[in-house]
Amino acid sequence: MKVSIYRYNPETDKEPYMKEYDIDTGGRDIMVLDVLNLVKEQDPTMAYRRSCREGVCGSDGMSMNGKNGLACITPISMATGGKGKLILRPLPGLPVIRDLVVDMSMFYRQYEKIKPYLINNTPAPAMERLQSPEDRDKLDGLYECILCACCSTACPSFWWNPDKFIGPSGLLQAYRFIIDSRDTATEERLAALDDPFSLFRCRGIMNCVNVCPKGLNPTKAIGHIRNMLLQQGT
Amino acid sequence: MASINTLTFDAVIVGGGGAGMRASLQLAQSGQKTALISKVFPTRSHTVSAQGGITCAIASADPNDDWRWHMYDTVKGSDYIGDQDAIEYMCSVGPQAVFELDHMGLPFSRTEAGRIYQRPFGGQSKNYGEGGQAARTCAAADRTGHALLHTLYQANLAANTCFYNEWYAADLVMNQDGVCTGVIAISIETGEVVYFKSKATVFATGGAGRIYSSTTNALINTGDGVGMALRAGLPVQDIEMWQFHPTGIAGAGVLVTEGCRGEGGYLINKDGERFMERYAPNAKDLAGRDVVARSMMQEILDGRGCGPDGDHVLLKLDHLGEEVLNKRLPGICELSKTFAAADPVKEPIPVVPTCHYMMGGLPTNINGQVLTIDANGNDRIVQGLFAVGEVACVSVHGANRLGGNSLLDLVVFGRAAGMFLEKALKEGVEHRDTSESDLERALFRLNRLENSKTGEDVATVRKDLQRNMQNAFGVFRKGELMQEGVRKVAEIRERAAKTVLSDKSRAFNTARIEALELDNLVEVAEATAIAAEARKESRGAHSRYDFPDRDDENWLAHSVYFPKEKRVSKRQVNFAPKQVPAFQPKVRTY
Repeated sequence: MKVSIYRYNPETDKEPYMKEYDIDTGGRDIMVLDVLNLVKEQDPTMAYRRSCREGVCGSDGMSMNGKNGLACITPISMATGGKGKLILRPLPGLPVIRDLVVDMSMFYRQYEKIKPYLINNTPAPAMERLQSPEDRDKLDGLYECILCACCSTACPSFWWNPDKFIGPSGLLQAYRFIIDSRDTATEERLAALDDPFSLFRCRGIMNCVNVCPKGLNPTKAIGHIRNMLLQQGT
Repeated sequence: MASINTLTFDAVIVGGGGAGMRASLQLAQSGQKTALISKVFPTRSHTVSAQGGITCAIASADPNDDWRWHMYDTVKGSDYIGDQDAIEYMCSVGPQAVFELDHMGLPFSRTEAGRIYQRPFGGQSKNYGEGGQAARTCAAADRTGHALLHTLYQANLAANTCFYNEWYAADLVMNQDGVCTGVIAISIETGEVVYFKSKATVFATGGAGRIYSSTTNALINTGDGVGMALRAGLPVQDIEMWQFHPTGIAGAGVLVTEGCRGEGGYLINKDGERFMERYAPNAKDLAGRDVVARSMMQEILDGRGCGPDGDHVLLKLDHLGEEVLNKRLPGICELSKTFAAADPVKEPIPVVPTCHYMMGGLPTNINGQVLTIDANGNDRIVQGLFAVGEVACVSVHGANRLGGNSLLDLVVFGRAAGMFLEKALKEGVEHRDTSESDLERALFRLNRLENSKTGEDVATVRKDLQRNMQNAFGVFRKGELMQEGVRKVAEIRERAAKTVLSDKSRAFNTARIEALELDNLVEVAEATAIAAEARKESRGAHSRYDFPDRDDENWLAHSVYFPKEKRVSKRQVNFAPKQVPAFQPKVRTY
């Protein structure tokens, strides 16, 4: 099958280009990451990130035929819709280091901004802090984020303001800690988001929900935070 | 190479998985100048793939649970070559280490009482094997590794740990006195090569499942720490002991947690028979992993496998109901649909024993200090070098690890090494000197690749190596086949020394990294092959047709493989726990 891949090596290429490869998949509907591994055997200069190859580490987020996703859990047929060639590009909106590898520091910086760790200044008990199953259920759909950046790099608001808008991934994590019954910094966390950019740049476009490979819903989490902020304001 | 950049730290940790980040957290909190080098962004480390949980007697599911029962199970699971002082330490300190994870924010599943949810896992018992099945594995649904790894990364962010992400450690720097003075590492992004000079170097580099063609392990599990240690002439222990997880998805190799069987799932053969009842009448599907894996292979070899080629068995879960599956095993449902095209709510998952975990590794004491054995057979500490987690062999797993004990191992011993170092560094440790030639030695492989003009490509050699290991060192082993395997690995070693790096560019050149990783795979594979051939008995995961019985008279011992002479010797197993009498070997049945 034909695969067209974005190539750019800063040491040798003036500008990026698309390169076509002919790959023998043995007629099987393999994962896009398997295709890349076959390309790499043909052409060792091809650069991409990969680790777990089962959709839990978040290394191989990329644009496949125009849609962000994880290469390791996306079969060719799903990427191409069953017709035409496979087209692979790096995640949009972040600087390209080489080929499909993007510089994710902007994305990580937004994550760090929301203080992604439990804050609780009361003395810890000699056992676990108790949490009811109902309170624990509130973390479902939030803690599963794998930091692949598929969502944030699909978000026009993040493209425009990657330095000021936290982005869907970071905001999903912000809510994960706001809503954790073991965390005591709710007010401080909300206050830190209460400016025109950090959260309110979300325009509800919902690209994030469309592309999240873990089926999470950042827009909903953002809505919850927005409501909490608005309620606080009144 | 006199111009090589040097960065100086009190401690350098190599590896950003659970063990490395637990150690770095301890050191960062104590204010030591610490760097953590990771070849991937830390949350991409293989700990993320752990599913079922972390086994520990926190007495949530059973208020009478006792760490001594957990210790008994672990000793028995190890087939009696786990060190009892280390197992005692892990099981008794475990609850503290797990509660700390909760305090850091790990989103454990909960019981109605608000405590951490625990599920049954293989090889668990109450009352020293007399009280029936225990439920001792603390879980965050079936994503415990993910939850644990992210929590540790988050705690490290809070503690301001200094991360060198996407840096790859190539080799140890050892001075002429045999003291480790740091590592040579290369920035994957820029190609810059740096000498990380440190008073203490902590290996937390994980396992090496990629020596096999079929493995549950991530692509990054290439045994870098073991490779570096062997090249530095240090020995490895029990490296023939490889765990084959009973339930890897057939074909894909992706892991399906033992928690599935803990929640009530079971294995069936092509006749629909729950065959584990025959092999392990009491524990059935929750016998030790080595026992279940062998039983499955036996069913397949006896012609009772499933599928057109009869090459796998089935894991049945549908009777648990959609609600339990979605609540307790949501990740498994996802993986099964993606990689087996089977929805566990409706149909069973095709599974086959798959290489999963390296029980062996660098011998260490409880503080994580790496040991070698001197000419008189005495343990000697390798100054400046530590190992924690899967790369280490402390040894809590012996010949067979129990499910859920790997996550406990990495937090308990990552923490222990961190605490030991914190104290040692405060008491004052000096940087040791290194000579130009020490550095040259550590730069040898980078230089060889840089100057390579012709040679074989890395992918071909790697495939041949993996195929050889899969054929000769699998679930069942046999002398002749292993001897042939040893010969083949030696040939492959020759070829690996002559691979070519055609693309010499510096920016994110993953071909260079893969070439360096191949050397490590070869080191681990050769050690595995030689040690497996040498252990002439069957124990735990090491099962030989030609020596089908356990031989306590000759082999109630660790194997120790010395790379320079390619020689295997024995080391005593510790039978001296401090708080309980030692558990003596007995026949191991489930």
